[in-house]
Amino acid sequence: MSTRNIVLISILGFILLLGGCGCSGYNGLVQKDQEVKGKWANVESDYQRRADLIPNLVNTVKGAANFEQETLTQVIEARAKATQTTIDPTNLSPEKIAQFQKAQGELSGAIGRLLVTVEKYPELKATEAFRDLQAQLEGTENRIKVSRNDFNDAVKDYNTTVKKFPMVLFAGIFGFQEKGFFAAEAGADKAPTVDFNK
Amino acid sequence: MKKTITLFFLVFLCNSLIGQIEKQLPARPQPPRLVTDYTGTLSADQQDALERKLVAFDDSTSSQIAVVIIESTGDYDIADFAFALGRSWGIGNKEFNNGVLLLVAKQDRKMFIATGYGLEGALPDATAKQIISNEIRPNFKGNDYYRGLDQGTDAIIASVKGEYSAPENYRSKDDGEGIPGIFIILLVIIIVSVLKRRGGGGRGGFRRGGGFMYFPTGGSSHWGGSSGGSSGGFGGFGGGSFGGGGAGGDW
Repeated sequence: MSTRNIVLISILGFILLLGGCGCSGYNGLVQKDQEVKGKWANVESDYQRRADLIPNLVNTVKGAANFEQETLTQVIEARAKATQTTIDPTNLSPEKIAQFQKAQGELSGAIGRLLVTVEKYPELKATEAFRDLQAQLEGTENRIKVSRNDFNDAVKDYNTTVKKFPMVLFAGIFGFQEKGFFAAEAGADKAPTVDFNK
Repeated sequence: MKKTITLFFLVFLCNSLIGQIEKQLPARPQPPRLVTDYTGTLSADQQDALERKLVAFDDSTSSQIAVVIIESTGDYDIADFAFALGRSWGIGNKEFNNGVLLLVAKQDRKMFIATGYGLEGALPDATAKQIISNEIRPNFKGNDYYRGLDQGTDAIIASVKGEYSAPENYRSKDDGEGIPGIFIILLVIIIVSVLKRRGGGGRGGFRRGGGFMYFPTGGSSHWGGSSGGSSGGFGGFGGGSFGGGGAGGDW
């Protein structure tokens, strides 16, 4: 009789403990989830900032005598595609993030090619308007890098919690899915590196 | 209980291992300074003159402009290095993020002006770029590092001036650079005393329990205010953050 009681009590205690862990873990996850969403908002606004710079860039470059039309068209098309690829912040799944990164990476590539082409137009490069734009573009790429890093850190923190005991038991029930993060820079996605100082 | 302590230290250890670039960063100068030259490029007088100017600006506006000269950023891009350093030292105010870091990597012949979140409007990237090409680079090319830094910081001050003004009690700031340490010490004291009480056998423990109450009150009041500058020097970095604003260049 008394052993049965002890067993019952310890089972009850275990359930209570698990429930307690679940509760505090749940609150922690909600907070981490919010953190990730906040960082994602920064990533999006930094990419938006870059997209906003492009019309200006295109107009500045177009002014140069017989500038190669094809590279310009590519940038405009890549920009359109990149701004169409948006993600619902409540569903930052690995697939969605990869999709987003790919679209933005194509735009990075197109901008990079445009800047390389500009090397052939020294008068254009020397104008103040273009130099300011270069500084802005470079700064935007830096901001993107920083906000992506911050986002990745938040996601890693969140994912570790989701996959760890005891949350691994509850995360699914509460609808906490593993989130995606930005993969390390592969060739196509490299931010345009241009020597702005010549 | 032993496990809890082990876990606690494990978590602490993990936190300190996050990020690799952080390992490469120079430690925050003690006592805090706005001008830090790790290369011996500037003379003591030049450092003091720059420091005085920047401290005066910090005092009146609470915007912190830090000048750091290092040999090299190693494998890291100078922009990444500058943001990490600015964040790690906490240049600028925590509330306004109004810090600017002028980082010079002498061996790499590269420099970067990193702008805190709160000053990106007053000091846009294009302006930072112009300051580098118009004020700093020509002087650096002529090996006049002090003049480059002096004119460069003047130009930064000119753009940043008026964006923020120092709050009333700015000099007596205690932005709690040591607070995490205090928390850890408090926690350890509490854990140890709880352990002791447990170990000492329930009944006689109350008298001992009063003992540990003495530490937290005595300790925290003493630690909190000591970082505030009283001799007119720099009062310490405020915990500002950086988000990628700024511009760089070489010479």
